[in-house]
Amino acid sequence: MIQTAKTSEFEKADPILSAFDQLEKRLSQKGPAWVHLVRRAAISHFAELGFPTTKDEEWKYTNVAPIAELAFRPTGPYAPGSLMPGSIEEFTFAGLRGQRLVFINGHYAPDLSSVVPPVDGLQAGSLATALHGGVTGLEKHLARYARYNENAFVALNTAFFQDGACIVIPAQQVLEEPIHLLFIATAQDAGATACPRNLIIAQEESQAKIIESYVSLADATHVTNAVTELVLEAGAKVEHCKIQNESCNAWHIATIEAHLGRNCQLLSHSVSIGARLARNNINVTLDAERIEATLNGLYLGKGGQLVDHHTAICHAQPHCQSHEHYHGVLDGHAQGVFNGKIFVRPEAQKTDAKQTNRNLLLSQEAAINTKPQLEIFADDVKCTHGATVGQLDEEALFYLRARGIGLDAARQMLIWAFASDILDRISMEPVRKHLDQLLLRWFARKVKKAS
Amino acid sequence: MLEIKNLSAGVDGKVILKGINLTIHPGEVHAIMGPNGSGKSTLAQVLVGRADYEVTGGEVIYNGRDLLDMDPEERAREGVFLAFQYPVEIPGVNSTYFLKAALNEVRKHKGLPELDAIDFLSLVKERMKILELDQSLLNRSVNEGFSGGEKKRNEIFQMAVLEPRLAILDETDSGLDIDALKIVASGVNKLKRPDNAQLVITHYQRLLNYIVPDYVHVLFDGRIIKSGDKSLALELEEKGYDWILQDEAHSVLAVNS
Repeated sequence: MIQTAKTSEFEKADPILSAFDQLEKRLSQKGPAWVHLVRRAAISHFAELGFPTTKDEEWKYTNVAPIAELAFRPTGPYAPGSLMPGSIEEFTFAGLRGQRLVFINGHYAPDLSSVVPPVDGLQAGSLATALHGGVTGLEKHLARYARYNENAFVALNTAFFQDGACIVIPAQQVLEEPIHLLFIATAQDAGATACPRNLIIAQEESQAKIIESYVSLADATHVTNAVTELVLEAGAKVEHCKIQNESCNAWHIATIEAHLGRNCQLLSHSVSIGARLARNNINVTLDAERIEATLNGLYLGKGGQLVDHHTAICHAQPHCQSHEHYHGVLDGHAQGVFNGKIFVRPEAQKTDAKQTNRNLLLSQEAAINTKPQLEIFADDVKCTHGATVGQLDEEALFYLRARGIGLDAARQMLIWAFASDILDRISMEPVRKHLDQLLLRWFARKVKKAS
Repeated sequence: MLEIKNLSAGVDGKVILKGINLTIHPGEVHAIMGPNGSGKSTLAQVLVGRADYEVTGGEVIYNGRDLLDMDPEERAREGVFLAFQYPVEIPGVNSTYFLKAALNEVRKHKGLPELDAIDFLSLVKERMKILELDQSLLNRSVNEGFSGGEKKRNEIFQMAVLEPRLAILDETDSGLDIDALKIVASGVNKLKRPDNAQLVITHYQRLLNYIVPDYVHVLFDGRIIKSGDKSLALELEEKGYDWILQDEAHSVLAVNS
């Protein structure tokens, strides 16, 4: 039985392996040798791991077999000029004045990006350019955190990534304006797979705000398999906001791997609205003392969408705090998955970890699988968690209606309040405003009934 | 304005209202008194369209229309207002936003233009003074963290903004100290106009010292068993509900004999 499963995984992996050989041939003259070594290591791990199945505990409720069955087509490079700046305007955030790096199908689009006068010493641009142009110090970080030996999608990304953002915020630098990384899928073919790879390094005592947003300009069954490695050195403060609003035919898998140094603060937001299936892995390692990590998330599901957040917070050193707040709103026969792991290693005394996950189910068919998973090996710690699943408050609905507010508007008001509880934690006003618009559009989005 | 004819209603198969008859004209203030469990709050809830209650008989005509046929929001837009006995806390819904949405629904329904933020705020500030409410409440979520007294005052404040034609006050006096009671009552009195009416539901006569009713009805076991003018409330206060029951029993005996 198991043997058969393995064999079929390998058969599926075959076209991927040959695609890798082609890519390696094409790229052989480019980039530093160590990157090729990493790619090769990653593809051999992928060949070993294969796509996960629902028998895998980590993927129990999230069936990615349809992704494995798609013809695997790594997306080709972007030809400058093939998109007019006007066509991406709706994805930019009014009022945001910082750098905007645009990636089309995972490839940097310089003509669509807006690079404002560079801040001293700030590196913010294409990862491919950084690697080919010999930006030093990347080897120490790239592919050192996201575990391609454990996660098949990370392995696939590591083997196939061609571009993404490379951001290095120099020590002591405080970036006033957020950096917006905008990933647009335009591929028309089913199975077109973009593997954007981002490396963000906030050096000692630096401060930055970074937005990663993922959208589609086409309705094809495209795949995004993104990996972001986020390194905060001692005393750094970073607010990172990922917004996923791809087409409802898209498959979206993303991993954020954050490695945090002493005294630093990470504020992470993950907002998931689009895609047919969206899986977000957010792994945070608190590997020094006095770190504060906050993970906020909002996921919305309608129709037959599946939205999955797997977060893992690893307290490896004493005197650290982590706070996690995730809210989900599920309508139609959408399914949600929330798995929140908190590990407290024996050395991590005086850990303070809080986790809450609240879910609103708007229909009988919508479902959520929520699972807090705390593994605590230190004895002097404060760890709390709570998960709730419920419907809209009938008393509140009636109160609003009794004041003249119609049923739909009253429901929206309550859902809005529930979502805002998370979104209000985003400090960037233009992002907040943009999300308000997306929320309004989400309310208006009609979905076909399941046949 | 409001004609309740032989209304009966219940919840979960239990009959609570057993044939209510009541007519209210514009400009009138009616009080409904009665002991706990007599059906006072049920009547209020049925009038504003709470779905938990099932109407099993009778009808309610409001300005010539079948009130029971309307959704709760339509009743509100038509000018029916309930000051809730237990106002609901709605975390995350801003008070100003909520009240502006409510007022504009009512205005739209009347064919009036929606108020913009500036006009709305000046209206709100003016009406807040009537209830001596602190303006900071407007920045908070609806009723969230309000004291009991603030919640009740906030109900009457909403009434002041929405200017209903028929205001139903469900035990607005409960949980209020005497000072707050005076403020609330004087607010209600200031809102009285020849073209609107008030239905004041209360357990105690105390409130009726400040909101003086034109008519007082005694509700007992789902029926109005006695009606009179404001002196009936005083008599009740003095003699208790038992007095009326005995009186009622005598009259029933008299009819039967």
